Amino acid sequence: MNGRSLLLNVAVRYLMPLLLIFSVFLLLRGHNEVGGGFVGGLVAAAAFMLYAIAHSPAEVHDLLPVSPRTLFTLGLFMALLSGLLPVFGNQPFQTGLWLPEPLPVLGKVGTPFLFDTGVYLLVIGVILHILLTLAED
Amino acid sequence: MNLAVMAPILLPLTSAILALAAWRAPGLQRWAAVAGTFLQFGAALALLNRVNQSGIQTFQVGSWPAPFGITLAVDLFGAIMLAVSGLVGLSVALYALNGIDDERVAYGFYPLFHILLMGVNGAFATGDLFNLYVWFEVMLMASFVLMALGGTRAQLEGSVKYVVLNLLASSLFLSATGLLYGLTGTLNLAQLALVLPETQPHGLTLALSMLYLVAFGIKAAIFPLFFWLPASYHTPPVAVTALFSGLLTKVGAYAMLRVFTLIFRTDPIFTNTLFLVLAGLTMVTGVLGAAAQWDFRRLLSFHIISQIGYLVMGLGLASQAALAGAIYFMVHVILAKTALFLIAGIVERLRGSFDLHQLGGLYRSQPWLALGFALPALALAGLPPFSGFFAKLMLVRAGLEAGQYIIVFTALGVSLLTLFSMSKVWGEVFWKPAAMEPAAVADRGGVPVWMILPTALLVVGGLLLGLFAEPAIQWSHQAAFQLLHPDLYIQAVLGGLP
Amino acid sequence: MNILIALATGALFTGGLYMMMRRSLVRVLVGILLLGNAINLTIFAAGRLVAFTPPIIAPGQSRPPDGVADPLTQALILTAIVISFGITAFAVALVRQTYSQTGTDDLDLLRCTDVPCPPEPDWEEPQEGNS
Repeated sequence: MNGRSLLLNVAVRYLMPLLLIFSVFLLLRGHNEVGGGFVGGLVAAAAFMLYAIAHSPAEVHDLLPVSPRTLFTLGLFMALLSGLLPVFGNQPFQTGLWLPEPLPVLGKVGTPFLFDTGVYLLVIGVILHILLTLAED
Repeated sequence: MNLAVMAPILLPLTSAILALAAWRAPGLQRWAAVAGTFLQFGAALALLNRVNQSGIQTFQVGSWPAPFGITLAVDLFGAIMLAVSGLVGLSVALYALNGIDDERVAYGFYPLFHILLMGVNGAFATGDLFNLYVWFEVMLMASFVLMALGGTRAQLEGSVKYVVLNLLASSLFLSATGLLYGLTGTLNLAQLALVLPETQPHGLTLALSMLYLVAFGIKAAIFPLFFWLPASYHTPPVAVTALFSGLLTKVGAYAMLRVFTLIFRTDPIFTNTLFLVLAGLTMVTGVLGAAAQWDFRRLLSFHIISQIGYLVMGLGLASQAALAGAIYFMVHVILAKTALFLIAGIVERLRGSFDLHQLGGLYRSQPWLALGFALPALALAGLPPFSGFFAKLMLVRAGLEAGQYIIVFTALGVSLLTLFSMSKVWGEVFWKPAAMEPAAVADRGGVPVWMILPTALLVVGGLLLGLFAEPAIQWSHQAAFQLLHPDLYIQAVLGGLP
Repeated sequence: MNILIALATGALFTGGLYMMMRRSLVRVLVGILLLGNAINLTIFAAGRLVAFTPPIIAPGQSRPPDGVADPLTQALILTAIVISFGITAFAVALVRQTYSQTGTDDLDLLRCTDVPCPPEPDWEEPQEGNS
């Protein structure tokens, strides 16, 4: 992608951390309030795509510690695990289990949160995988 | 605590995750697929056993009670289909050891293969209409990519037609589901079965049922909605075509059987007549299309369509005997068809062609392969003592009992044409003198055992289905009994609720 | 509000179907997308249209305020949107790949699956790497 814009470059430098933090905020806020893993993942993926537009798709690959495919594999695995955990505790598949005490920053933590985090990673992984492949062609 | 119902869905998901994790190790993916499908087959058999012993099995995902949460409900019909899907999955996984090249594996054949199986099994197991839509989409999305994977020109063109028409079908399915929800306020199949007969106006229900007929009809490739199938099914590698022909159209037929026996029962005379007309036309166009073909795979693709006609015929006759016939026929045709496609793949591997003109003389060098082709081919044509004979006998008798002579004669005539078509293939591929120079033949080498084993598995499975027809027919009758008594299903899902 | 949604749905269906019947592959794709949105609006309308009262349970309450729209249809639409996103991504890639292989996006010219193609090097190449 050529025709880079200085304005966009500078803006992305400030926008990207903000967007990523916002995406995590959305993820944590989920379940009982508006938000959740899917929206959070979309915002995070949008942040990375903005970076890809400002710089180049290849640089996004450098930016990510792991490949998008690993991200969505991990996400799928976490979602599956969140469903299977209750089974090991003799509860039906995908029953919500919660830790007895809320954790300091995260609040109430349970298998739905694990599922949401899985969705978050899955959405980032899938969207980046698709869009970066299309953009690199 | 009923994970048995979830197992046919969770096992392919786990296999898909493992295949994704082993992205860079194609050999590992291949064998993991065999192990995964083997477990899945075993789990499906265990579930079948349970359903047979203790009736319809249900599962409420996340413990949300029935009409509110997502329900899975497996009756005998669903369990039989799950078991057959496990067998087809296992066979194709074995066949793919040699039948799918490394390049396609590197582009993610195996994760998609598992996800396709997950979608198929989910569609067989679900008790919720919107959930059925989601499983359809899971299945379709995987099948889209599997069909295009490899990217030869014919594959891409076939994929375009396949994708566009199936997306149209999905759109119809979704809009019908949305309207049905607006009409009744529920999408749980059991609750729909309960409330829909009393829902006014009947005309709207009928219109919605026709939307479903078109949507499922496109997926099942019934007349006049089948055009995408012969335009696309012969393009991908044989292992993929075999998987599609065994499972995808059958999921459409399954959904039709499920929806029209369980929830749309308001106007049986109109719908059943329509089904019979469609069934006859589907049979005839399919078999006539096949008669004109000289490409092995295209010929078999047209036969898929003609066989779907028999399933719709069972649905249209709507008696217990007819539905039992349709269920038995479904199992028979999945086994026979998948085996025939796998054999077409072996022939192509031996001779490097699917063109019947260029093939020939294989009986001399591969007598066992010729026999292996003859068994499912004769079964498909409906000769005794093979499975197809009993299936067609059940349907024909049900038709005579119902006094529907036209469809009976059509079915018998189409059987004859199928026999003609199969003997044409047998003569061209195995019997006539080799059309190619011997040098070209010798270059091709032998057939790997991993291609023969799954084919033999399916052929023997089909043979056993014919030899042990008595218990199999009894099972089909039980499954048909459950289909005809929706109160059993409703009771199992909703339990004590009114 | 209902009339507005009904008109919008009708317009989207019309546009979608019209585009789907065009010969150009890209237009067919646009048609499918319009159709998908038309259906989403249909489902949306099926769940009762209420303005300004989102179906959200306020903190401390155990049920949503009276007269809210049905939240389930909105969940259905969300699922449908996610699915159509995935399908669109695939379809775009497919159309692009088809165009670069065949050099055309005219559906009438994509007939290789039915009749022998004009001779081209990549037509029906044998599956390699099987040995």
